[in-house]
Amino acid sequence: MKIDVDHVARLARLGLSDEEKKLYGEQLSRILEYAETLNKLPTEGIEPTTHSLPMKNIFREDKAIPCKDIESITINSPQEESGMFVVPRIME
Amino acid sequence: MNSYTAHELHARLKNKEISSVEITEAVFRQIETVEDKIKSYVTLNKELAILAAREADKKINSGENIGPLTGIPIAIKDNMCTKSILTTCSSKILANYLPPYNATAVEKLKEAGAVAVGKTNLDEFAMGSSTENSGFHTTRNPWNTENVPGGSSGGSAAAVSADECILALGSDTGGSIRQPASFCGVVGLKPTYGRVSRYGLVAFASSLDQIGPITKDVTDAAILMNVIAGHDPLDSTSANLPVPDYRKALIDDVKRFRVGLISELMGNGIDEDIKKAVKEAARLFEKLGAIVEEVSLPTFEYAVSTYYIIAPAEASSNLARYDGVKYGHRSKEAPDLLSMYYNTRREGFGPEVKRRIMLGTYALSAGYYDAYYLKALKVRTLIKQDFEKAFKRFDVLISPTAPSAAFKIGEKMSDPLSMYISDIATIPINLAGLPAISIPCGFTNGLPIGLQIIGEAFAEERLLQVAYTYEQNTDWRKRKPSFAKASEGKPKL
Repeated sequence: MKIDVDHVARLARLGLSDEEKKLYGEQLSRILEYAETLNKLPTEGIEPTTHSLPMKNIFREDKAIPCKDIESITINSPQEESGMFVVPRIME
Repeated sequence: MNSYTAHELHARLKNKEISSVEITEAVFRQIETVEDKIKSYVTLNKELAILAAREADKKINSGENIGPLTGIPIAIKDNMCTKSILTTCSSKILANYLPPYNATAVEKLKEAGAVAVGKTNLDEFAMGSSTENSGFHTTRNPWNTENVPGGSSGGSAAAVSADECILALGSDTGGSIRQPASFCGVVGLKPTYGRVSRYGLVAFASSLDQIGPITKDVTDAAILMNVIAGHDPLDSTSANLPVPDYRKALIDDVKRFRVGLISELMGNGIDEDIKKAVKEAARLFEKLGAIVEEVSLPTFEYAVSTYYIIAPAEASSNLARYDGVKYGHRSKEAPDLLSMYYNTRREGFGPEVKRRIMLGTYALSAGYYDAYYLKALKVRTLIKQDFEKAFKRFDVLISPTAPSAAFKIGEKMSDPLSMYISDIATIPINLAGLPAISIPCGFTNGLPIGLQIIGEAFAEERLLQVAYTYEQNTDWRKRKPSFAKASEGKPKL
């Protein structure tokens, strides 16, 4: 099985070295070949299970609550200014 | 005294025979003695722990009624948020992360007066079965330091086994509580999905993750469940059901219990010594009046494939948040936004996390979604139905917790697939959302073997009763790794 490693890495926003691309390409092929065993099992008309237990949407009131301690959050930011996260310029 | 269980220590705390500070100091003495060989912890908080212990002693001395965990030292897996205390997930990308809040389970421990010892090592983001994927170091098995402690909650299991804490919290997505408990000869309980709040548990695979106890005996597992279980408005997937008193389930009786021995987990690929130990456990249940029969769950052979599509798919989505913007590592090579993402994630994530992000991204990508992800979700339904059928005939199911005892460090690292397949016995339970417990049931070459007992959703009490009965009628838990004797000669109770 051939996997377009560059494409998948791009989708995942994951920078990979050439060595890693080769390694993950091979390993992913092997894992996916193993996963092909699933095709032995007929699943026509079977509902997919996304959650193991019956779940329904849980709603709460859409109420704004002030954040009392912004610093406890921004302290973790790699780059911060006046309570805001700084990122590289996204528009020219 | 650090080798005692929480319930043993609680009785002595109440009688004022000992103090929480004495227990906590004994735990830290043990850590100083063995930690450089075992490496259970990522972060230790001695000062905070002593403060919490003093607080507990104050309550006891003022005659206040104390709970079963008041003053008891507990270790917390480092993927649960602890306010203003490093929470790293054993990942370089979160090496400096200080959460602004406590996970609900951690908050409940605090309210119960427990003493947090520190944060334990794990496979990075809980992805792995040995702690070898930790971004910092590999934890060692206290029974043989050349072997892995299991994973991903290997730090918690090793810490409990080596008496570096009294009990611990772990998390289990595909076996991460039960398999290390089995490898380290301790008790590990994965509760029903939704039984314990996941709020503040750093997400790996949200439809599978669950927090649970790792303890020295079944009674402590029940005590810890009493504290952490229950509905939480902050976790919309937590179950809004009443929480029983799990200690009431600690009854030494399995008469007329219908026990199903899973035949798929007693065949090829399972070590002979493991099968022998589980068969002996089955015979003991029979002797104690239970009805034991073999049961087949034919979809089990598809569980590993199903899991390694679903879990990485959910992980690839959950781990998108590590982008170098709000917290964690940011690459210095970030001339523009896209290269910031690429380089931050390349530098911050370890090999296994990258592999799973790639696998999950692929399974969810256009053109492959139906063939892999949707197919896996349908097989998940079939696995769930197999369990439903089995539970019409049986009260509990039993099996080995893992196909082998603890393997050697390095043995499976070059072949990710062989590591994945070692989760065969634990994975199906997460896919179906069921509770299961691993308890010690023997030894092979000096390494512990685990017996897995599986129940229906929210039937933790039944599991605990069966596990407790087994424990009361065997004495595996009295064996200790030679490491635990390190603090012998120091004051005893």
